[in-house]
Amino acid sequence: MATLETAPAHEAEHEHAEHQHLGFWRQYVFSTDHKVIGIQYAVTGLLFLLFGFGLVTLMRWQLAYPGRALPWLGKLLGDTRMPGGAMLPEFYNQLGAMHGTIMVFMGVVPLAVGGFGNFVLPLQIGAPDMAFPKINMASYWSYFLGGMTMLASFFVPGGAAQSGWTSYAPLSVIAGQGQTMWLFGMIFLITSSLLGSINFIVTTIQLRANGLSFFRLPFFVWSQLVTSFLLLLAFPPLEAAGVMQLMDRLGGSSFFMPSGLVVSGQVAAYTGGGNPLLWQHLFWFLAHPEVYVLILPAFGIVSEVIANNTRKPLWGYKIMVYSLWFLGFMSFIVWAHHMFFTGMGTTMATFFQTTTMIISIPSVVILSALFLSLWGGSIRFNTPMLFALAFLPMFGIGGLTGLPLGLSAADIPLHDTYYVIGHFHYVVAPGTIFALFAGIYHWFPKATGRKMSERLGKLHFWPSLIFINGIFMPMFILGLAGVSRRLYDGGASYDFAKPVLHWNVFMSISAWGLALAQIPFIINFFMSIKRGEKVGQNPWEATTLEWAAPSPPPHGNFTTAPVAYRGPYEYSVPGHPTDFTPQFLSAQQQATS
Amino acid sequence: MGDHADIDRQVRTYILVFVSLMALTIITVTISRFHLPVPAAVTVALIVACIKGGLVASYFMHLISERKLIYWVLGFTVACFFAVLLLPLWTHFDPILNH
Amino acid sequence: MEIPFTVAERPDTGLNNGKIGIWLFLASEVMLFGALFASYLMLRIGATVWPRGDSILNVPLATVNTIVLISSSVTMVMAWASLKRNDFGKFRLFQGLTILAGLCFLGIKYVEYSAKFHHGLLPSKNTFLAIYFTLTGLHGLHVIGGMVVNGYLWGPGAKLWKTDPEHFTNRVENSGLFWHFVDLVWIFLFPVLYLL
Repeated sequence: MATLETAPAHEAEHEHAEHQHLGFWRQYVFSTDHKVIGIQYAVTGLLFLLFGFGLVTLMRWQLAYPGRALPWLGKLLGDTRMPGGAMLPEFYNQLGAMHGTIMVFMGVVPLAVGGFGNFVLPLQIGAPDMAFPKINMASYWSYFLGGMTMLASFFVPGGAAQSGWTSYAPLSVIAGQGQTMWLFGMIFLITSSLLGSINFIVTTIQLRANGLSFFRLPFFVWSQLVTSFLLLLAFPPLEAAGVMQLMDRLGGSSFFMPSGLVVSGQVAAYTGGGNPLLWQHLFWFLAHPEVYVLILPAFGIVSEVIANNTRKPLWGYKIMVYSLWFLGFMSFIVWAHHMFFTGMGTTMATFFQTTTMIISIPSVVILSALFLSLWGGSIRFNTPMLFALAFLPMFGIGGLTGLPLGLSAADIPLHDTYYVIGHFHYVVAPGTIFALFAGIYHWFPKATGRKMSERLGKLHFWPSLIFINGIFMPMFILGLAGVSRRLYDGGASYDFAKPVLHWNVFMSISAWGLALAQIPFIINFFMSIKRGEKVGQNPWEATTLEWAAPSPPPHGNFTTAPVAYRGPYEYSVPGHPTDFTPQFLSAQQQATS
Repeated sequence: MGDHADIDRQVRTYILVFVSLMALTIITVTISRFHLPVPAAVTVALIVACIKGGLVASYFMHLISERKLIYWVLGFTVACFFAVLLLPLWTHFDPILNH
Repeated sequence: MEIPFTVAERPDTGLNNGKIGIWLFLASEVMLFGALFASYLMLRIGATVWPRGDSILNVPLATVNTIVLISSSVTMVMAWASLKRNDFGKFRLFQGLTILAGLCFLGIKYVEYSAKFHHGLLPSKNTFLAIYFTLTGLHGLHVIGGMVVNGYLWGPGAKLWKTDPEHFTNRVENSGLFWHFVDLVWIFLFPVLYLL
């Protein structure tokens, strides 16, 4: 479509001269500058992360003390949610479904891809902006609308969606109005990620600076590129499924409604003939690649931080890149390992467990390469590096505990237990979210021109690390004991769960502790914008192109168009006077420096 | 891109493609009137549709002379397309009850 | 700094930004319709009875619609070729014909839909009608979207021809790629829904 070709040449020419005259709205709200959009994405994403985390701290109250009234907040939430302060099962289900949806689609992905991708990627490839700045703006606002739709759904009669973040049919089709809002919200979010991913791919391919060949790209750029392909191709099937679920809900069709469905003792008023498993197939066709959308940008961020703070090149950069592509490709054909329990025969179960085992190989290759990169480095233990270092074992635990779930036999006792919750939270919470924190501390100086406080940073890191393990490690114990996920009372009504239930209190206290541990970060974030230590263009003595731009970079990013003379991680080059040789340093500059 | 003579040649190709597409449309509708058994009907209809689609993609969308990068992107897409089309189908035909 | 390669091609990729952008967009569209075709297959193989399309739907009207849409694809590519030949008048003519063909397609679709509604053949009737309305409805939305862009390039957007003819030609080419894709989807929809 012609609208894809925004920013006609004549307009772009004047833009640089005009940007001082842009009003407040064009400069900070409806901005087309990738840095402003990146920060908008990041701040909105962080707020959603906080909100989604808030939902789960409420759930943890109910899990630790089932049925007990929550002192004052409970009454505040009203009689439709927590009458007398005690939580209703329907509200618990809303919290669970919306926690998942918000964390994945409105928190982590917008922060990791929309935030970091938008802000860092054009800078790292030496581009003045994204290829389609107006589409970039549309992407953010579509995300914003989707997020607002989801938030508004809490206030419709019957409350927000409560069929889990997976919205399995037929439950979701017969659910209340909140589910319709969920579907509309998802359509906005899918549109947003579609626009964003097209932009990222075109920008990476077309706008690389002179001399920046593909194998001189920083690993972060590669991770964003593969992520964008996953978003581009995996989301449309969910959009199709969403449209069909809307048809079922609003048009009375039966895409996902089987014949003879009985709801609350009565035959449901649907013609039937549909296939509930179809929803699961289409949902997981997105949602498995989505797992890699959550983790690949984290790999990218951690790689940058580790290379920078070990003062060493990444170990096995090319192998990492090939692994990334292989990972991306394989992620499209593993999805049905979420569906071993749907009556799948052994042939297909074997197929999907084999592909699942194969996909673990490139993940292990990347993780091993990052571990090996630490060997013999003179490591700078600053806050971003601490988060990046914690990412490695935490993601390792998350990944390794996933293997039994990918084997169809081992999955039988573990399926839909707390073990699963523990597994994927290790990947995403102390995994991806720690990597995102590493990224925030690492690129904060580039975005604001000031460093974040190291002391507060460490006060944020150590308690977070301890508490987050306090939440998720016991989940493996509960899961192995057979406690199911999504139980309103945390398992109290099951006798076999009694010996392990005391962990629920421990996990809840850890969760509230983790919430308190974020206070230093929030203070640090806002204080450092005004009072942080002022820095120049390259405070971390890093090598990639974003450090050639002023901090913060002006509209158009670079004062002169940068040129890449070498690979991305030339640290501690023998014979060079400093322990870093930036990509933008020419041979003459190098000789005189 | 090409000069005027080049464009004239392309325009002649477009007309040829147009005529073929019309002919194939009439063929596929005519065949459907014979009420062939379902497998045969599906095979014939899909073959005709693929030829028509191939003509549109190759000539109207100039895929026959596109850059390598576009081929890579579309190749990756086609692989994913077949994944979403076939894997649910195979899973459907492999129910646990058979074993 | 100006964003490079909005009009000219980047030497090493041989492509401009818009061209890659539109192809990526079409790639995602392939997956969108691919998932719907997959749903069609899953529903059909799971159904105890599946009606032949021509026992419910109007094949002659759909055949006419196929011809209309294929013709509009030719006029679209001719509109682009006219710009390549520097003949702006011909472009206006062919682009106008493309939009008219789109309108004609939607008109026929409207007649088909209202006949179905009139006979109570709604998506809630059975899964065949549900997937029929979803697929053709989504395709219809794509036709409308294509017509909006084509209309813009025929009308106000054509001003760009005076200042930057190459850029304008690229835009017409890219909107054409979308329009041909819509045609291509219909080429598969037609036999799958109406003839089998």
